[in-house]
Amino acid sequence: MSFEMMLVQLAQGMVKSLGIFMWTLVISLPLGLLVAFGRMSKNPVLRTIIKLYISIMRGTPLMLQLLVVFYGPYYLFGLQIGGSYRFIAILIGFGINYAAYFAEIYRSGIESMPLGQYEAARILGYSRGQTFFRIILPQVIKRILPSVTNEVITLVKDTSLAFALVYMEMFTIAKQIAAANTTMMPFVIAGVFYYIFNLLVAVIMEWFEKKLSYYR
Amino acid sequence: MKLLEMNHVRKAFDGTEVLKDISLSVSEGEVVSIIGPSGSGKSTLLRCATLLETMDGGELVYMGERAAWNDASGNTVYEKPAKLKHIRSYYSLVFQNFNLFPHYSVLKNITDAPLIVQKREKEEVYQEARTLLAKMGLENRENAYPCELSGGQQQRVSIARALAMNPKILFFDEPTSALDPELTLEILKVIRDLAKEKMTMVIVTHEMNFAREVSNRMIFMDKGVIVEETTPEEMFRSTNERTREFLGRYHDLG
Repeated sequence: MSFEMMLVQLAQGMVKSLGIFMWTLVISLPLGLLVAFGRMSKNPVLRTIIKLYISIMRGTPLMLQLLVVFYGPYYLFGLQIGGSYRFIAILIGFGINYAAYFAEIYRSGIESMPLGQYEAARILGYSRGQTFFRIILPQVIKRILPSVTNEVITLVKDTSLAFALVYMEMFTIAKQIAAANTTMMPFVIAGVFYYIFNLLVAVIMEWFEKKLSYYR
Repeated sequence: MKLLEMNHVRKAFDGTEVLKDISLSVSEGEVVSIIGPSGSGKSTLLRCATLLETMDGGELVYMGERAAWNDASGNTVYEKPAKLKHIRSYYSLVFQNFNLFPHYSVLKNITDAPLIVQKREKEEVYQEARTLLAKMGLENRENAYPCELSGGQQQRVSIARALAMNPKILFFDEPTSALDPELTLEILKVIRDLAKEKMTMVIVTHEMNFAREVSNRMIFMDKGVIVEETTPEEMFRSTNERTREFLGRYHDLG
């Protein structure tokens, strides 16, 4: 296989990897906030359930979670799987896993906010929703941005775990080309692609951080 | 007319009584200073009055409208949230550490609540905010962020923010305790000007000379009770041993 051909095929895989990446963020960033609320809830039952969920998500491999989400419906309920469910399973697996991590990041940010901000908002008559979305969350985002950047960079690399479900993203393709042509080249190219991807992520996140550095 | 009435207020933290049957009322145009040693309960009293803390027992009334009262067994019950929200509009509070919103500019700190909470006209709110800033000597700083201001300036912004809500009564919780002596003077001047305009104020402070000069009435609290409540002149001539001891310590320092 020619170098150009490899490049084209891997680039096609890259588009799929990018899809996993984007969709995971779209799902897990808001979901993580909801999970964080549950984790901080006054209701002990909800709090314990969420704690257990986070603990499982963090305590077991993402690859195993993906396999469970994908094959679970068949083994547990005898449902037919395959086709379009492959991608959905990937989104569910990545979404709930990353939501757990983001939830803990949100929580750390929310709990680090000084009480005085809530009290000032209360005195001024803001409702609970207004207080959170106007006063607290904007400041929390600034505080947690470095941790979020870390997590997002990990996600770029974790997209390669979709190979476990034989989803045609970049890493799966690289493995197939390498096996068929007995060459290291696709791994090198894939590595360069991941690296550039993360370089872009780092630049974008740095831009965000700079944009929020107008206050302390 | 009585703007604020607090009757038989009790409050304990983990079994330790911080407020023991405190009653207090404030009329329109009055400036009341609350003094006393640390741990005397004066800040807790202010926090109960501003609904930042809940009372265990006692009654809280603003403008004749009850925010809280005692049930049959003498424990405080509070009004419904909607009613409390309305009652909150009668007062505002200036904090010791300002608690400005750091991600908002000076102007937005002042205008956000009038626009979002009170849903007032934009033009009017901005105009009023600029007038308040000018009054605070901050007319050129409306686009600055709190972190770019000195402590004294930040506290003046927070006073402007409180006044922008048009409260009937303004509480101050040790407004100068986080400031050095020079910046303290800035803030005291602002409060003095407000007193001249007949703003009703309740001030918890450690600035004895200021309290003496600016207030119509002084309250000396110690160990959760009001030891003495009288005019500044009387207070500084007090024959009460505990009052003399406390004020004497300030005299020695001054």
